[in-house]
Amino acid sequence: MALKKTSKKQEIKKVFSKDPGPWNFYSRAGNKYFLMDWIFKKILFISGVSIFFLVLMIFIFLVLNSMPSIKEFGFRFFLSKSWDPVFEKFGALPFIAGTIFTSFLALLISLPFSLSISLYLGEFSKSGFFSGFLKNSIELLAGVPSVVYGFFGMFVLIPIVRYLEIKFNIEPYGVGIFTSSIILSIMIIPFSASLGREVIELIPQDIKEAGYSLGSTRYEVIKRIVLPYAKSGITAGILMALGRAIGETMAVTMVIGNSNVMPKGLFSPANTMASLIANEFTEAVSRIHLSSLIEIGLVLFIISAVFSIMGKIFIHKFSITENG
Amino acid sequence: MDNKNISKRIFKDRIFTVCVTFLAFIACLPLLGILFLIIKNGASSINLGFFIHLPKPVGEEGGGIANAIVGTFIVVGIAFLIATPISLLTGIFLSENRKSRFSEMVRVSIDILSGIPSIVIGIIAYLWVVKPMKGFSALSGGIALAMIMLPVVIKSAEETLKLIPYSLREASFALGVPYYRTVLKVILPTGFSGIITGVLIAVARIAGETAPLLFTAFGNPFMNFNITKPVNALPLLVFNYATSPYEQWHKIAWGAAFILIIIVFVVNILARMISKKWKVTF
Amino acid sequence: MKKLLKLAVSALAVISMFVQPLKASSVELIGAGATFPYPLYSKMFDVYNKEHGIKINYSAIGSGGGIRQLMAKTVDFGGTDAFLTDKEIREMPGSAVHIPTCIGAVVFAFNVPGVSELNLTPDVIAGIFLGKIKKWSAPEIRKINQNVKMPDINIVVIHRSDGSGTTFIFSDYVSKISNEWKNSVGTGTSLKWPCGLGAKGNPGVAGLIKQIPGSIGYVELIYALSNKIPFACVQNKSGIFIKPSLLNTSIAANVELPDDMRVSITNTNEKNGYPICGFTWIIVYKEQNYDNRPFEKAKELVNLLWWITHQGQRYTEALHYASLPKEAVVKAERIIQSITYNGKPIIK
Repeated sequence: MALKKTSKKQEIKKVFSKDPGPWNFYSRAGNKYFLMDWIFKKILFISGVSIFFLVLMIFIFLVLNSMPSIKEFGFRFFLSKSWDPVFEKFGALPFIAGTIFTSFLALLISLPFSLSISLYLGEFSKSGFFSGFLKNSIELLAGVPSVVYGFFGMFVLIPIVRYLEIKFNIEPYGVGIFTSSIILSIMIIPFSASLGREVIELIPQDIKEAGYSLGSTRYEVIKRIVLPYAKSGITAGILMALGRAIGETMAVTMVIGNSNVMPKGLFSPANTMASLIANEFTEAVSRIHLSSLIEIGLVLFIISAVFSIMGKIFIHKFSITENG
Repeated sequence: MDNKNISKRIFKDRIFTVCVTFLAFIACLPLLGILFLIIKNGASSINLGFFIHLPKPVGEEGGGIANAIVGTFIVVGIAFLIATPISLLTGIFLSENRKSRFSEMVRVSIDILSGIPSIVIGIIAYLWVVKPMKGFSALSGGIALAMIMLPVVIKSAEETLKLIPYSLREASFALGVPYYRTVLKVILPTGFSGIITGVLIAVARIAGETAPLLFTAFGNPFMNFNITKPVNALPLLVFNYATSPYEQWHKIAWGAAFILIIIVFVVNILARMISKKWKVTF
Repeated sequence: MKKLLKLAVSALAVISMFVQPLKASSVELIGAGATFPYPLYSKMFDVYNKEHGIKINYSAIGSGGGIRQLMAKTVDFGGTDAFLTDKEIREMPGSAVHIPTCIGAVVFAFNVPGVSELNLTPDVIAGIFLGKIKKWSAPEIRKINQNVKMPDINIVVIHRSDGSGTTFIFSDYVSKISNEWKNSVGTGTSLKWPCGLGAKGNPGVAGLIKQIPGSIGYVELIYALSNKIPFACVQNKSGIFIKPSLLNTSIAANVELPDDMRVSITNTNEKNGYPICGFTWIIVYKEQNYDNRPFEKAKELVNLLWWITHQGQRYTEALHYASLPKEAVVKAERIIQSITYNGKPIIK
């Protein structure tokens, strides 16, 4: 009798040590809910699998549909400057250049602003009228649809830029890389600022206080303690913002000038990969033209995937330093 | 000597503070500019007819955007119906299986999905839905938007459910409640406000998406309730009308942008109110 | 959970409510393509909807798009200002026919401060669009515009960014007058532009010209007129500077028309004809029974085409398009009659 009791206890112990979830006990016991639980778990699992397959299928379809162009042009696709639908010679270099110029310039313009906002909200003034206002503004800015930014760019920014261009005696396009970069920077500020704020707020108070107790000014604390500490978090924010700028379509399409040649300067019209697709996807007549556009879509996919994964790694790194 | 150094440091600090405050303030200006312009130009073109009429052919006065408003609701509605159940289940899956290798893979997929530019999602919806169905449709637009909505809702659901303490579910198990009922009746309701907030934020985001609709929902000058036919949507209309040369259409575009922004903001504010009001804290 | 289930079921019910009647309800036709005739089509289809209760959803995405979407069978008809090339006809999954709907002129709209009248010769046009003539004060331009004071500002070329029949008509013309253009750029709905800015659709080009001082671009006549942008007189083959108008557009169409109506009428030999104009067409499949299309749809489509080429023509003049000449209407009738469903003609 006593022996039996202990064995049952041991059995229970075994079950629990294998998997701490008490539901296992029910399944062992042949509970009537066993089937329901099993089905439920399977459904959960399948939905998880479906997301994985969704992304996989997106990748596979992009590759399959860009095969004609990959076969035809090979690696030259990325080096050729010519985008010629009449003679069907396609090269993506002008758009890769346009994308890189606009998004890095946008990042450069936005960086001081987004850093200031995250410092102001995370370090200088965590409450108060202005910081409340700032916080709400940023959240609203993040919610404005990109087509509205483009609209704003068309009717406000373009005339201003054109006025400047006439002043400096440059061709007064108004549209172009510079205008798109400004619009893009306005769009990514809220994104990177709120991420930066979260990172800066996470920095433990005691190490900052240690800095102050040694007689540092706030500037020195920020420079020597806050920024180095938040470095990988801020890098992650920059990466994500960059990923966003690269993929942004509508606002850029409306102000970049849609010119399929290599950009010659800061103010020259250009085209980014995303805006090229927006312009030509429904209109490409020949098979090879369409598949070249899809290949550009594939490039965008790969770039954004790399950025997402890298951003994740940096955030992960940050959370480790935070714990250590 | 020492004094000088200190005052230099303090001076530097002051300059820095001023700079940061100034730059933060400057960054707010575009928002105010956008809001001001849209309210100024948009409000004047809005009247009752704007909501109930269809667009007129070029050159004729008047006309409304009823088709675009209805179209936006249809497309977003489809996306909502498709994305919400899948994201909820996946969110539960991830919060229940935190450490497994497979859920880490799913998490990476979600990160990738959320980073895919919306125009690429448009291409995919075109290849998957428009081409086989031989026609542009509200459904294809809804599916495209659903793909954008998925990662947002999944992430917020996972984050919310993760925060629910283990003791809660242990209490439920102790009462003999089976696993699936524990999840559906105890854990989900506890995280309800967080999940709703995530859904609303995702809805606000997709309501303003234009790029994936360009070659899926396509646009339609008429009212349409058939989800297998093309529909118009507010962001599409803003894009098409804003890039046109007609003053009349610019006015309509400002009005449509105004309504679009109002919708987006109202949904966002609603989300915040819900998360504040119904928040369960431990 | 039950509540959620109920919600899902009722949502499905609502959706199916939307789907069901649609299958039974009246036919809706979907078209896409050229922006060139879009103002005319939007007027025509509006009237047609009021008279016949048929909804026609035409989206102006550019001629290239019209051809592509018809090829992919995502639309019932495509609109194009560029007839299908032999290669495109081979790529089409079925044989397609061209039905002319009207004639339009492509004009050079410009925005030069202080200038409202501008003369252009073929050489100057080629020079500007090849990026060789860079300033409005260039001697070539001054020579032909003696009584206008040309400002010393840069020329900004505006062109289409999308696949466009307007571009096709324009490049067809420039290829005829300039060998350099023919060899380096060619003729097509999308081009490899040597210079300039792209804008989407005729409306986009007109919008950009209005905004940028010093710009010149090519648009369909009505877009210049309705936006009150001045446009240039062009020297034709006979050496006369012609101000584009409906009259000299229809004069240009006075050529021998082939039976399939695939014809270019640019650089006309007529003495008073405007050199840059062209037909715009609706393209449909000759055999309408594809993808299980119902007969009603095919019939409505053919009726619409008949209406456009006959009763619909009365709306052309008001919108500054030239109506089809008699000969073209007769040819169009024969083409429409050749459209079949299961091999049988749809109307006699």
